[in-house]
Amino acid sequence: MREFSVVGKSVPKIDALSLSVGKPLFTDDVEFRDLLHAKILWSPHAHAKIRNIETREAEALSGVHAVICFKNVPRVLHTTAGQGWPEPSPYDTLVFDNKVRYVGDRVAAVAAETEETACKALKLIKVEYEPLQPVFDSERAMDEGAPVIHDEPDARYLIPVFYDPMHNHCAHIDLSIGDFGAGIKSADFVIEHKFKTHYAQHCTLEPHSCISYFDSYGRIVIRTSTQIPFHIRRLVAACLQIPEKMVHVIKPRIGGGFGSKQCMVIEDVCAFLAMRTKHPVRLAYTREEVFVSSRTRHPMVMWTKTGVRKDGAISAIELKVLSNTGPYGAHAMTVMSNTCAKTLPLFRCNNIKFTGDTVYTNLPKAGAYRGYGETQGTFAMAIMMDEMAAAIGMDPVEFWKKNTIRKGETSPIFKALGEVGSGVDMIVESCSLAECIDKGATAFRWNEKRERYKNQLEGALKHGVGMCCIMHGGTVSLLDMASASAKINEDGSFNLLVGAADLGTGADTVLSQIFAETLGIQVEDVIVYASDTDISPFDKGAYASATTYVAGGAVLKTAQKIRKKLLNEASAILHEPKDNLIIEKKAIVSTKTGKKIELGQIAKKTLYTNSRRGRNLFQIAATASEYSRLNPQSFAAHFVEVAVDTETGQVKVLKYLAAVDCGTPINPKLAEGQIHGSIINGIGYALTEELVFDRKGCVRNPSFRDYKICSSLDIPEEMVTMLVPSYEPTGPYGAKTLGEINISGPLPAISNSIKNAVGIRLCETPFTPEKILKALKKK
Amino acid sequence: MEEKPVKLNVNNRIYELKVKPYQTLLHVIRNELGLKGTKYGCGTGECGACTVLIDGKAVHSCLMLAAQAEGKIITTIEGIGTYEKPHPLQQAFVEAGAVQCGFCTPGMILSAKALLDRNPNPTTEEIKRSIDGNLCRCTGYVNIIEAIRTAAEQMRRNQT
Repeated sequence: MREFSVVGKSVPKIDALSLSVGKPLFTDDVEFRDLLHAKILWSPHAHAKIRNIETREAEALSGVHAVICFKNVPRVLHTTAGQGWPEPSPYDTLVFDNKVRYVGDRVAAVAAETEETACKALKLIKVEYEPLQPVFDSERAMDEGAPVIHDEPDARYLIPVFYDPMHNHCAHIDLSIGDFGAGIKSADFVIEHKFKTHYAQHCTLEPHSCISYFDSYGRIVIRTSTQIPFHIRRLVAACLQIPEKMVHVIKPRIGGGFGSKQCMVIEDVCAFLAMRTKHPVRLAYTREEVFVSSRTRHPMVMWTKTGVRKDGAISAIELKVLSNTGPYGAHAMTVMSNTCAKTLPLFRCNNIKFTGDTVYTNLPKAGAYRGYGETQGTFAMAIMMDEMAAAIGMDPVEFWKKNTIRKGETSPIFKALGEVGSGVDMIVESCSLAECIDKGATAFRWNEKRERYKNQLEGALKHGVGMCCIMHGGTVSLLDMASASAKINEDGSFNLLVGAADLGTGADTVLSQIFAETLGIQVEDVIVYASDTDISPFDKGAYASATTYVAGGAVLKTAQKIRKKLLNEASAILHEPKDNLIIEKKAIVSTKTGKKIELGQIAKKTLYTNSRRGRNLFQIAATASEYSRLNPQSFAAHFVEVAVDTETGQVKVLKYLAAVDCGTPINPKLAEGQIHGSIINGIGYALTEELVFDRKGCVRNPSFRDYKICSSLDIPEEMVTMLVPSYEPTGPYGAKTLGEINISGPLPAISNSIKNAVGIRLCETPFTPEKILKALKKK
Repeated sequence: MEEKPVKLNVNNRIYELKVKPYQTLLHVIRNELGLKGTKYGCGTGECGACTVLIDGKAVHSCLMLAAQAEGKIITTIEGIGTYEKPHPLQQAFVEAGAVQCGFCTPGMILSAKALLDRNPNPTTEEIKRSIDGNLCRCTGYVNIIEAIRTAAEQMRRNQT
């Protein structure tokens, strides 16, 4: 690995101290005079027409300032998906509709002087529903005669893709590479499986919250907990039917996103109420509302068929995906396409068939969730890898190494399928996956454990080990754009403005490090501000894990431009050719004469005194953008050891090891934190987290008591992370992406380890004691 | 409902306020006292983001009525350290990479403080137990546990 002075160092996260001492940094931490509180009335029906809404009584209640519903809000079809325009998600959503499509859909909203009054007003709204037959089973959603969830005639995509809402068919993609039939014929073993993944919620500790108000120039300001400030500006402007220039979005500190804030979730309602009332309006979800009425992970049914030869070559892969987007199609097509586009290129196989369908159902809204389809696809494929290895009697470690993509190779899928339409042909230019597998296996003592657990001890507890590999293509090729602006101050510090949305990941710190490295300064000399649509340059938002790679690229370019300007000035001031000058320790120094000028002195000269020497006074500043020309992959190898209690069905994760190639880790400590968080979230998803519904489609467990995420007592006794760097030539200082990849490991790795421990194969998630006991009985 | 006078001792300052009998301590701390470091995460005592210290014990302020806190010593995150002079726990959280989004951090630090004040040399298991009621979705707890361990060492050193 190349040595840098700021990059590659674990400098503390720049906002960590302020957060630790409890400064008011989040959306809901500011106070406004005459603030109104908003509450939303939710649908008690999974599928119903609204015959009538009577709001007069609610409006008449003292302290109520506005009630909005489909009757008094313009009908603007849109998607809530925070994606680049034109969005690859169907326009199938209204701010308020005369139809509700799941228990927890919006019916009306109230703004009142206190939360109590707003809640009281909700009870005074009389809604006359005409219940309709709901659709809950995704496998029956496209049946002839199934109730139609989107029967409005104008629902559509802006881009030319398949859409058949009359059959609840929200998206379809198929892809064929090579000759799948021939691949199956040439196989020695053909393995088929059906997989099912469940509904899960992101559980950001900060609930979705938003405060909207008018500034002194009649523009609406939206202070919101979002991953996508610039998309929020565009989406809210469209819904309110006002120009984008009238909307100003501020993203303060965010209490976690994980994809749940990659949609416009509440900003439209909050802004509408501010517009109607001309008061500041606060809309903040309760935890129950976060569970039911924000976003969830797309549950999927997947079918796989793979062929493997005795020599260990995979001759054919088929993946069929049925994704459930719930009642609206935000991220419906792209999550499904990623189960192929971001998962299958990992495997060295030339005969590939993929079919993907996404359907509407009357269950909660799915959306973006860390992993974005790759989590589901990796679950199916990494189990198939384990099964294929077992079929030919090869150790999984060897089998994975033999069958996964390497540096210098390509996958036909790169070109054939991107997140939206065709992808970008590319060669893998950085990959240390084989090293991740080797180093991981050694540190984990894989061989020894694998051997040891062939003979289980007497008693109820059985131990097992499992592994898997993961790949994450870290951008949406050609569509992700980020930019940065920077200027020097007279003490040699810099303001760095980025559109990128730090959700708590440490993006602001990492971007500062890239900037500081390029200019020979320290992170303390960088005042980073992000993000605010009036001040920051454009950024597509925090998703696809792309911030370090794409926004990092923009910051690098910006810093390089500034560096050039500084060198020009220094050359003129020191009378030295530029080639002799280097930039280090906040100064420019001549390598020939030793002459030196500090950056602060250059700033002062260009701001105040240059004109006395016949030169320009000007601000040394620059702006630059970067976009995702490519989609470089990060890689990981995960190893897990579990204990399965054959009497209770309980699974305990004893040890988890992740060896990860994210290119150059710009900040190893923060990188490690991303890995830990992803894995623990993934373990919860694998073992305990699941939204459960009653027969009417109502979420039965919308609380942390009943929806169990990992606490400190649930983490493995041993968590090991190993950063195994490669150097990505197209990334800033060799960096790739990291945010999502590691959430996709626990599901298959734990399934594989349970198989190793007790010989049962779990293909339906989560792996609850009930499922394990049932499978053990069947065995 | 009518407001009743309440006297609260928060961070060594006496506040005389009028609150509705059903108002939670969390509501009063955030909205009446303007101390925003205490967070709402669930309102049902399950996530720990609203943790404060009551007579040195970690308590979910969303489950306690403001009136119940009368006569007790209440400490919020703002009361244990400042930006200029952070508490060793706050410093350790920064250095260990224990802060990601930071929303759980104040509650987490206060639960840890309650532990270290009564047990200056806790085992890993005791640390894990002390923050079991504080959920974090970003860090996976590993660096938080490390931060508490480091802070304990630092605090023991400060004692001697």
